[in-house]
Amino acid sequence: MRKYILKRILLSIVILFFVAFIIYALMRALPTSYIETMARQKSMQPGSKSFEEWMAQLAASYNMDKGIIPGFFGWLGSMLRGEFGDSWRWTVPVVKKFHDTVWLSFAMGSVSFLIELLVAIPLGIIAATRQYSKTDYAISIVALAGISLPTFFFASLMKLVFAVKLGWFDLYGLVGRNYNQLSSWGQFLDKAEHLVMPIIVLVVVSMGALMRYTRTNMLEVLNSDYIRTARAKGLSERKVIYHHAFRNTLIPIVTIVGASLPGLFAGALITEQLFSIPGIGYASYQSMVSGDIPFSMFYLMFMAVLTLLGNLLADILYVVVDPRVRIS
Amino acid sequence: MSEQQNDVPVTGGNNNSIDNNGNKEQYSLNDDRRVKILSPGTLVAKRFFRNRLAVTGMVILLIMFLFSFLGGIISPYKQDQKFYREDIQAKDYAGVIHNEEFVYTVADPDLFKGPVQAQTLLNITRGNTSFSYNGWDYDLEKVDDDFYVVSVGGQVVGIASKELVNSSKAGESFSFAFTQAALLAHAKGETSFQSEGTEFTMDEDGVIYNAGDEVGYVSDYIIRPLMNDVFFSRDFKIQLIEAVEARETSFSYTYPDKGTFDYILSYDAAKKMWNVKQEKATRVFDTYSFPSKEHWLGTDRNGMDMLTRLMYGGRISLMIGFIVVLIESLLGIILGGISGYFGGWIDNLIMRIVDVFYCIPSLPIIIILGAAMDAANVDSLVRMVYLMLILGFLGWPAVARLVRGQILSLREQEFMTATEACDISVSKRIFRHLIPNVIPQLIVKMTMGLGDTIITEATLSFLGLGVRFPFASWGNIINDVNDTFVLTNYWFIWIPAGVLLLITVLAFNIVGDGLRDAFDPKMKR
Repeated sequence: MRKYILKRILLSIVILFFVAFIIYALMRALPTSYIETMARQKSMQPGSKSFEEWMAQLAASYNMDKGIIPGFFGWLGSMLRGEFGDSWRWTVPVVKKFHDTVWLSFAMGSVSFLIELLVAIPLGIIAATRQYSKTDYAISIVALAGISLPTFFFASLMKLVFAVKLGWFDLYGLVGRNYNQLSSWGQFLDKAEHLVMPIIVLVVVSMGALMRYTRTNMLEVLNSDYIRTARAKGLSERKVIYHHAFRNTLIPIVTIVGASLPGLFAGALITEQLFSIPGIGYASYQSMVSGDIPFSMFYLMFMAVLTLLGNLLADILYVVVDPRVRIS
Repeated sequence: MSEQQNDVPVTGGNNNSIDNNGNKEQYSLNDDRRVKILSPGTLVAKRFFRNRLAVTGMVILLIMFLFSFLGGIISPYKQDQKFYREDIQAKDYAGVIHNEEFVYTVADPDLFKGPVQAQTLLNITRGNTSFSYNGWDYDLEKVDDDFYVVSVGGQVVGIASKELVNSSKAGESFSFAFTQAALLAHAKGETSFQSEGTEFTMDEDGVIYNAGDEVGYVSDYIIRPLMNDVFFSRDFKIQLIEAVEARETSFSYTYPDKGTFDYILSYDAAKKMWNVKQEKATRVFDTYSFPSKEHWLGTDRNGMDMLTRLMYGGRISLMIGFIVVLIESLLGIILGGISGYFGGWIDNLIMRIVDVFYCIPSLPIIIILGAAMDAANVDSLVRMVYLMLILGFLGWPAVARLVRGQILSLREQEFMTATEACDISVSKRIFRHLIPNVIPQLIVKMTMGLGDTIITEATLSFLGLGVRFPFASWGNIINDVNDTFVLTNYWFIWIPAGVLLLITVLAFNIVGDGLRDAFDPKMKR
């Protein structure tokens, strides 16, 4: 087992190496004029360093003067030392901006993920136990609609109904107008209120996939021999489903849930941008569209690491959770 | 496929048929004609059409295709045809100033410059009849309170007057001598005067005639045009001045050739001027007009017909979806096929490449490239091609994994041993014998992939990084909703596009689901 895990980790590092190379090569492929224009524009902002300083920093950390291969190794080195430079868009060190934003995204992601689990798994199981019934069709359509719903359209609809027509929430932002006058508890509630709509959007858009996954797996389990045996023994349907079938359905679900844990840090690029929630997704979207190379590069690497971590976790959990799987 | 062979139902059809002679012919039990054999394809179709939800999805897709590809032809409008409407706008037309200051008419530019004019005014208010300036002695001759003649040594150098001589014809100005004579005649209340050998007459309104023809008039109102190419006729001026003197807020004037126009008068205290605004119908882009008979879904920000834009947008959204899925399937089939068939180090290598591609964050990369293309002002069409290539190139690993997994299990089966025994070439073995067996799963994957691609494309276009104007796509049509005013007030701009997008992607997913169930006999009811 240890050997297997070690092998997966080493493989992940190799993959990360190549992903980093591709990302670096892409950055180097951007026209220099574009990078310079963007840096010059951003250096006009208050509180930013001068253009020359930035370009010097960029040349130093990305080795713009060297060839792609030696430059890449140099960049890898500075990345391993945690040197990501200063963000042009936010005029603070990249790592600091990351620290400022990631926890909000994590909180938002965790809450919506929790809700998603609580909604999707029971619904998926209900749909599977009543296959081809009206309930099953309804749940399947809801799940498919969730998958098919473009985030931006659903978010706009939510805004129209709940922010414009009903006036329950603000259209944008994390805090209300009188945020500074509130007590610390009031400030927390204010933030929570502003996160309601984004979280609903995240839940609705992402729960469909998990719902269908649960349903498919539950169906598979329900068709297996040991369930037939359980029924033949004369166990109550309740016991068959929630005791025997559900536990076995949990195996793949735990795997996939574990694998999506790293993703909680990734933030929601589109949703955060639409609601102007200053999380990592919003920060990186703004950085990317305004040509902030240091932050964008950091974000790309961060995303790659998260995906790899997710895959790694999935591989490991797959073996750990299911006692039937043996590594040969 | 072998499983499906067991599945062939023996349909008991019509075993007693009547031949030409009217004799009943009995088929024996093992007669082939008695048994209706269904091909696997027919079976799949049968199972698919039994699924009502999937059929609904299919119908929706069909309607969408007709809407997008035929709609553009049927629609009377073009994709980028702009519409206009007549909008009544009050535009600044003229300014009327009641002249209470002296206006100087210059005869000798050297001796009657700005400083001298100022001196003239000073000495008029002091009541002097002469003054010197710059070594010259000027004489001030008072004709009446509003009219002074300035001369040096008997030679007239200029006039200071509160009244003005205006020409009746556009672009014509009078000589100094004429101006002086006319003003003199008007001040003295004379009915005729002579200038440069011509006899002019003047009525009590100050209108000057030359042998019955009107040439100009004297007035203490200055009317300045605020619009290009505007000339005020005398009649217009008289009526305008009457309206101004009566302190009216509006007046209308009937031109002999152009018809009646309405004007709004307002007094600007700061400038001591009456603003005259003409209410003029202007052609403007018919933007954000509500649904009507001509435009069933209204018009968009650029004054284009929404319904037509939606049709063309659907065309582009669907086409991008198909091309991207085609690219990724092709790459995926080739690489996955090779990987699954050969195994060993080739498989290992290709699968590691797949792993690497899986980890590349595609959406952020497309956003960065989109921003870079923005800066480089890449043409909309070229952009669209890039978008398809990038999406296709980043999407193939999923297909490759699927194909490889299937082939890994298929290549161990007997029919592959048979192909080997028949000495069929490797490429044929892969692409003629293995791949066709993966087709069912591929079709399901591709159908669902279409939905995903359409959403991705729409999201990018919504963010302004995908399909760009003048091309329409469902995503960039909804883009307008970023403007809160549009979100709040113009539902017809973004809701129809969103609904189309939603039901199209939903239909692709439903059909994909239905196809999966139909291809997989285990799922049979």
